Amino acid sequence: MKTKMLLAGVTAGVMFAGSVLASTLDDVRARGKLNCIINTGLAGFAAPDDKGNWTGFDVDFCRAVAAATLGDADKVNYTTATGKTRFTKLAAGEGEVLSRNTTWTFSRDVDLSQTFIGVNYYDGQGFMVPKALGVKSAKGLDGASVCIQTGTTTELNLAEFFAGNNIKYNPVPIETNAEAQELYKAGRCDVYTTDASGLYATMMSFDNPSDHMVLPEIVSKEPLGPVVRHGDDQWADIVAWVLRAMMAGEEKGITSKNVKELAAKDNKDKEINRLLGKDPLQGLSKLGLSPDWAVNVISQVGNYQESFEKHLFPLTIKRGMNALYRDGGLHYIPPIK
Amino acid sequence: MTFFSNIWRNEKSREIIVQIIVLFFLGWFISWLVMNVNANFKALGKDISFEFLFIPAGYDINQYLIDYNNRDSHLRAGIVGLLNTGLVAFFGIILATVLGIALGIIRLSKNWLASKIAYWYVEFTRNVPILLHILLWHGIIINTLPHPRKAISLGEVTFLSNRGFYIPKPLTESGIELVYLFLVIAIIFSILFAKYCKRKQDLTGIQYPVFWINFSVIFFLPLIAFFLSGMPISLEIPALKGFNFRGGMHMSPELAALTFALGIYTAAFIAEIVRAGILAIDKGQREAAESIGLKPSKVMNLVILPQARRVIIPPLTSQYLNLTKNSSLAIAIGYMDLVATLGGISLNQTGREMETMLIVMLIYLSVSLSISALMNWYNSKVKLIGR
Repeated sequence: MKTKMLLAGVTAGVMFAGSVLASTLDDVRARGKLNCIINTGLAGFAAPDDKGNWTGFDVDFCRAVAAATLGDADKVNYTTATGKTRFTKLAAGEGEVLSRNTTWTFSRDVDLSQTFIGVNYYDGQGFMVPKALGVKSAKGLDGASVCIQTGTTTELNLAEFFAGNNIKYNPVPIETNAEAQELYKAGRCDVYTTDASGLYATMMSFDNPSDHMVLPEIVSKEPLGPVVRHGDDQWADIVAWVLRAMMAGEEKGITSKNVKELAAKDNKDKEINRLLGKDPLQGLSKLGLSPDWAVNVISQVGNYQESFEKHLFPLTIKRGMNALYRDGGLHYIPPIK
Repeated sequence: MTFFSNIWRNEKSREIIVQIIVLFFLGWFISWLVMNVNANFKALGKDISFEFLFIPAGYDINQYLIDYNNRDSHLRAGIVGLLNTGLVAFFGIILATVLGIALGIIRLSKNWLASKIAYWYVEFTRNVPILLHILLWHGIIINTLPHPRKAISLGEVTFLSNRGFYIPKPLTESGIELVYLFLVIAIIFSILFAKYCKRKQDLTGIQYPVFWINFSVIFFLPLIAFFLSGMPISLEIPALKGFNFRGGMHMSPELAALTFALGIYTAAFIAEIVRAGILAIDKGQREAAESIGLKPSKVMNLVILPQARRVIIPPLTSQYLNLTKNSSLAIAIGYMDLVATLGGISLNQTGREMETMLIVMLIYLSVSLSISALMNWYNSKVKLIGR
């Protein structure tokens, strides 16, 4: 009798746990808001502005997904996560999208059961030092104390770089970018290492940015991109194509200024018509999106170029690898057909 | 029916029935939790596996008591972290105990100023969260001490900087065996001498200055051996090379901040425990001891403290446990303890939250239980033996 009751209880518990899983898109629509996981604060990528609203390159991507799925880029709840907590938060369902300069690696993709849907920023790990230190190359850092964010790929790159060059270092682990800044400014460490984009963002927030420099060595490949949970292909496709729509916008010259105008007329380039809902785009209904999804994204958030220039140009970051393929960069998106 | 009502009316069987029911619901709840975790893991496509423990960790740790480099396994990284936890708990417990006992006694002093200072120390310290203590000490060390290139030098051998404290490291050379041998002889002699004096005192009442004689023997005998064998110990003096000091022994700002914070915070609680223990002893004991002409220090050491110890030790045990567990707040300042290595970086690099957290919890549990067992053993040694 006792065991039977126990089994019944357990079965009920398991069934309850199982029934929670529904389509991510339905969950977002039912809630009327997108939950998006972002950085705790990194100028240019995700930081609060003077009115307390989150703004930045990664924040723009959250807004774009909200615009495509809910029709309103402002319908986003932001959840912040450190390098350590981000995957746990995504896995636990605290957000539908993780847009937090996250490096795409094999084991994160495969072993952590999450889906990287593309690259929105090609980055690489660099080193920032005060100019007064007189160091010109990362190979001259033998014996230095290095501030490093824990729980990131940078930790492993750093170990490999120093071991590979047969030089020693003293790691000073820290949780967030803000703490790293404090320790670096106080002189607890000689060097701060993270993705080069993060270094520029940090440097620009200093009182005297020109007293610091980023060393020429870039020691790793850091393809950063948005992440979703494994198991909902429809949602992964939506998020992936929102990113591609922003890049297609740049490629086809569709901006937040002219998107309404282009959407209203019949364009010679039929790809523009298909993207903006003038001509039918086969399979769109399977994504559960309305025909004006891309119009919403580009009109409310802007295309890739607009977002990049708005948030990253002030940090003196150049397009470089992040230009479209036709301009010598790496961004090459599949055709919208 | 009457059978059941009889069982229910019987106090003994009723108790058993209630306990069975409670146990059943507890078991049901726990197995529900486990099954739920399993089901959710399956839904996420994850499994439970401990294989990650044996793959290379890949990250470096800035303080290790056993050899470690980034090619070693996650398991070894975890052990390095555990030893770092042990190190800070050890230093913290010593600091907290010494400071706490001193403050507890000062608090009862007849000197108004001393007693008030101890009072304010206790009230200020224990009413501020431990995390703030840790951040404060770390901030003080990082921001007030100079950069290594301008380090404060004490006699050109010890250096204070915001990268930590550097002291000379003794290096042994051949011939050191004689010093060790003499040290062992001195210790054996001291033990025998102490026993002899105790018996002598029991028989005749004659007292020798045992402490001073033994201290001199243990100190001077190895010293003589040291000079006889041609001074086989040299000091490795830390020197500024490049970015940091090299050589010597190094205490990182994180370890220092954590030790100070944990020690100073816990000392406030221990001071109160010691005070309570002393006050719990009937004042007749003190009066009786004074009336037979004992010096105040003897009254404290021979009469009051041995009795107060029985009251002090159980709550002192829980303070030691608290200190050890509080050391996991090390993560706030980046001290690489067990939570930061296995429960932090390893967790993150491998994504095995459940497994790493289970291991970390089990380790803390066994460490705490060992401290408890040790203190219970000590408690049973000093408790009142009924005759």
